[in-house]
Amino acid sequence: MSATTAMEVNAEARRILAVSISKLYASRTQRGGLRLHRSLLLSMVMRSARDIYHSSRESEELWGAQPTSEEPMETGSCSGEQTVLPEPQPEPQPAMISAEPPSDEPDSEDEGCDGETAEDKENMSPTKQSRKRRGKAAAAPDFLPSKRARLEPGEERHAAPPGSCRAGAGESLIALSLNRVIPAF
Amino acid sequence: MAGPGADMQWCFSQVKGAIDDDVAEADIISTVEFNHTGELLATGDKGGRVVIFQQEIENKNQPQFRSEYNVYSTFQSHEPEFDYLKSLEIEEKINKIRWLPQKNAAQFLLSTNDKTIKLWKISERDKRPEGYNLKEEDGRYKDPNAITGLRVPVLIPMDLMVEASPRRVFANAHTYHINSISVNSDEETYLSADDLRINLWNLEITDRSFNIVDIKPANMEELTEVITAAEFHPLQCNTFVYSSSKGTIRLCDMRASALCDKHSKLFEEPEDPSNRSFFSEIISSISDVKFSHNGRYMMTRDYLSVKIWDLNMESRPVETYQVHEYLRSKLCSLYENDCIFDKFECCWNGNDSVVMTGSYNNFFRMFDRGQRRDVTLEASRENSKPMQVLKPRKVCAGGKRKKDEISVDSLDFNKKILHTAWHPQDNIIAVATTNNLYIFQDKVN
Repeated sequence: MSATTAMEVNAEARRILAVSISKLYASRTQRGGLRLHRSLLLSMVMRSARDIYHSSRESEELWGAQPTSEEPMETGSCSGEQTVLPEPQPEPQPAMISAEPPSDEPDSEDEGCDGETAEDKENMSPTKQSRKRRGKAAAAPDFLPSKRARLEPGEERHAAPPGSCRAGAGESLIALSLNRVIPAF
Repeated sequence: MAGPGADMQWCFSQVKGAIDDDVAEADIISTVEFNHTGELLATGDKGGRVVIFQQEIENKNQPQFRSEYNVYSTFQSHEPEFDYLKSLEIEEKINKIRWLPQKNAAQFLLSTNDKTIKLWKISERDKRPEGYNLKEEDGRYKDPNAITGLRVPVLIPMDLMVEASPRRVFANAHTYHINSISVNSDEETYLSADDLRINLWNLEITDRSFNIVDIKPANMEELTEVITAAEFHPLQCNTFVYSSSKGTIRLCDMRASALCDKHSKLFEEPEDPSNRSFFSEIISSISDVKFSHNGRYMMTRDYLSVKIWDLNMESRPVETYQVHEYLRSKLCSLYENDCIFDKFECCWNGNDSVVMTGSYNNFFRMFDRGQRRDVTLEASRENSKPMQVLKPRKVCAGGKRKKDEISVDSLDFNKKILHTAWHPQDNIIAVATTNNLYIFQDKVN
C-alpha cells in the first residue's frame, strides 16, 4: 500500500469511527432504549475501522510518513480525533472499502482483541464513572471528542503507558467503548 | 392460480392510508399479515394500533374486479409504557402480528411490541337481545315487586359490530426487544424471540413460559451475535429456526432437549472474501427468515439479497437473488444515513414459486424461482388508477442511463418498503410504504 492510499484509508477509517461514535451516543437517547442489535453492529464497524486505522498507520510509518497523528492519539483516542480530523468533509469518498488491507487483518484483529481485554480491565474503573457523567451531560454531540477532552484530562495520562499497549495507547479507549457498549445496555 | 409471478401483470387495486406527504410517526406501518384464508389482512403501526381489513365477497357480476379489502376492525393493541426500574420507555410500536388458524366463529391474532405479546379475539356481533323482563330499556334492573310475568328476551338483528378484546397478555418474559413471534402448527403453543432468547408459550397460560434458546454469554463483553428472527416449521411442531446477525440460521429440534442451545442444523454460507468491507457484518445480518408453505425450504433476507435454503443442505443456499446490488458501492453513505440498518422482510407466494421483498424508492421486487426471472415494481400514488397495470422499473447502476431508468443517485431512501405480504391462495399482494398500504392483484384476463 502506498503512503497516499494508506493516508486515505486512515482518514476514511477515522471518519467512520467518528460517525459510529456519534451514532452510539445518539442511540442512548432513542425512544425504546438502547437496541442491542444496533449497538452490536455499530461496535463491529468501529472495531473494523479501528483495525484498519491502525494497520494503515503502520503502513504509513513503513513508508516513512510523518506520524503526526501519534501524539494526539495518545492523549485519548477521540480527543485526538478532534485535532487530527479538522475537516473530514473534503475527503473523497472512494470505494476505499475495496482498497482495504489484505486478509491477514482478521487474524490480527482477533489477537488484538485478546490482548486488549486485559488492558481494558485496567482502564475500566477510572473511565467508567466518567462515561456515566458524559452520558447524562451529552445530548448528541457531533464530535464526541470535544466532550471527552474536557472531561478526562486525568484519564489521558492514565490511559497511555506508551510501551505496554499492544497497538498504541489511543486504541484502548476505542476498544473500551466497543467492549463497554454492550454491558452499558 | 395463474402462472409464474414475473410474467404476470400486476394491477393496482387499492391504497389505504392518508394521502398527504406529511407522515405522522404513529401512522408508520410496522407489520402486515394476511390470515390463513386471506380473507383478513392485518396491519400494525408505530402508534400501537392494529387495523384489520376484510375482503368483500366477490362481485360475480364483474369478474374482472377482484374483491376489495375494507376496514373491518381497528383497535389500540399496545400503549406506550415506562419501565421504571431501567428508566426506559417501552415503545408501543407493533413489531409483529400473527394470526391463529380459525377454530370457531371468532378470529384470533397475536400482536407484539418490544416487550409484551397480546392475544386478541376479534368477533362479530350482528344480533342483540331485546325484550328483557327483568331490566329496563337502559339496563337498570326493575323493582322486583313490579314484575308480574316472565318473558324470554329475543335476539333481533342489528348492524354488524366487530369487537376486538384482549384475551391474554403475555408480559414480563423478555429482557431484550422482541423481534419475532410464531405460532406452532400444534395451534397450542407459540414462540417469541428477542435479541438473545427465545421463549415458548402456551396460548392459554400467561404467567409462565419456557426458555428454549439462550445465547446470552456469561460476559456480555463477549457478545458477538444476536437473534434477529425466529419461526416455527409450518408442519413439524417440534422444529423451529432462528437467524442471527452473523448471517447464520440454526434449526432446532425441541425433542432433542429442553434447552435448544445446540442446534440440529447450522446453515451458513462462507463469506466471499472479495466482498469484504467495513460493513460486511452489517449487510450479512439476516433481517427475516420465512419457511416455505410446504416446509421444504426457508428464505432469508439480508441487506442486499434474498437466499433460499433447502433444509437438507446446510453448506450454502440453493438460490440467491440480488435485491439491489447497486447499493454495494454505497454502503458508506447508507451507513451514515442509517439506511444500512433497515430490516427488510420477505414473503412467499401461496405455492412457493415466487418470492417477494421490498427495496427503496418504494420499489419492491419479485423473484420467480421456476422461471428464473425477476421484476421490480413501484408502489406510488402516480400509478394508482383502478386496475392500472404496473410497469416494471429498472435502476441504472452506472454508465449511460436509458430512458425510463432511474439512476441510483435519484433513489429516495426515505421511501422504503420493509413489509410485504402475499395472499395465501390468490395473487393478491399487500405492500406497505411508510404510511400507506397498497394492494395489488394480478390482471384477470
